[in-house]
Amino acid sequence: MKKEDIPQDKSPLEYMTPELCYVKNSNGSYDTALSTGWKVKNEALDDAWERVHDRVESARKAVEEGMKSPIYFYMEKNLMNISILSSYVKIPGIRVWCHMRPFVYKKLSARILFRYARVFNVKPEELNKLI
Amino acid sequence: MKDNFIHIQSAHCENGVITRLLRLAGHEYMTEPLAFGIGSGLFYLHIPYFKFNGGPAITFRTAPGSIFKRTCKSLKIEISSKRFRSEQKAEEYLDFLLSQDRVVGCQVGVFNLKYFPPEYRFHFNGHNLIVYGKTDSTYLISDPIMDKVTTLSSEELNKVRFAKGFLAPRGHLYYVTKTSPVSEELIKKAIISGIRRNTRDMLHIPGNFGGVSGILYTSRQVRTWREKLGVKKAGHYLGQIIRMQEEIGTGGGGFRFIYAAFLEEASKYFRNDELLKVSDLFTQSGDLWRTNAVNMAGILRGRSTEQSDFEHIADILVEIHQIEKKAFTDLSNIRFK
Repeated sequence: MKKEDIPQDKSPLEYMTPELCYVKNSNGSYDTALSTGWKVKNEALDDAWERVHDRVESARKAVEEGMKSPIYFYMEKNLMNISILSSYVKIPGIRVWCHMRPFVYKKLSARILFRYARVFNVKPEELNKLI
Repeated sequence: MKDNFIHIQSAHCENGVITRLLRLAGHEYMTEPLAFGIGSGLFYLHIPYFKFNGGPAITFRTAPGSIFKRTCKSLKIEISSKRFRSEQKAEEYLDFLLSQDRVVGCQVGVFNLKYFPPEYRFHFNGHNLIVYGKTDSTYLISDPIMDKVTTLSSEELNKVRFAKGFLAPRGHLYYVTKTSPVSEELIKKAIISGIRRNTRDMLHIPGNFGGVSGILYTSRQVRTWREKLGVKKAGHYLGQIIRMQEEIGTGGGGFRFIYAAFLEEASKYFRNDELLKVSDLFTQSGDLWRTNAVNMAGILRGRSTEQSDFEHIADILVEIHQIEKKAFTDLSNIRFK
């Protein structure tokens, strides 16, 4: 890549930092230069987030239909899977899996709910609201 | 230390931390490409049947942490690293090191990292940063991929140091304990061993999905994706490759440009023009990776979705395979003096 070809597109990184790239300068030797972003990269990133949003929406629907408990919705919203969630809340995966069934979730103690709520960064009473 | 700390920005977080730590320990010659090359950072691996974030598991670099270990080992620098069970002990130990005026590297997860834009916060635990001081309850942080220094409160730092999931850091921290002046002879030796290890990794790794033959494996896979997965899902898969290859921390072109810069620097040590020729090959391959990223984004966004477009991407991958195979074969044939 040549120094003058370096892309300077808008990207989510713009408020954080420009990005350092290794490029060829006019003498044909390597140099560093800053880039604000590249639209090809943005498209890949947008696509990844669209996929996350799709999953969150279908999780919301499943919870509203009574197929899953709110734990499942918040897990998807925080881009987790059962193994990541179980190590954050320090509850074995099989029990976390059980907590995603609505009828098990209804019987959960306040202490367990509090642990989940802290990991998901919400208040325990907000768990049922799906925000 | 916190008053005269000089921040340097780098393309890749781990190299940046190594460069900063070693320069502070008196190794003024250290640069990012040199650290990357001596640590044999370049790699390619496409793990079959294994999915990562719902896409193919592809990597363009060696395992996190290994660049640091290898660079320090070949330059005879002693390091100490530690992991913890309890968050409190990890914090106490960090404070203890900082009170001794040490500069400490930390492995963190990016999901809860405050200064990252929300779009970049995935569960990725291979990020590295430098802690160089503490005032009251805020830690002074130098993140190598950023253009300036920043701060984190002790609570925020604890959270990212104890991120969970794949490659969980468990409070991992590391620092230089002992170092002696390095002769040019030793640097040359380290460069040679770095290059030799990298050629071994890329050319002679067993199996057909690692090293240069791994690129061929990906190309074979890409040809089948449209039929097997449908255009939409195949697009997601290609998007995943783009992100692994170009996202912040790679220096662009899946680390190929950094490696080319390393070979250029190595040629100055050895006064060897053959290394420059190989460096040009890596620049070529990096450029091809980037062209391919543009093609992949075309499929991802539905601008071109025919089987011929997938074939085109696969053909470029074959070309990249040939260039890199030639580059590494040439490297292994160079006789260093």
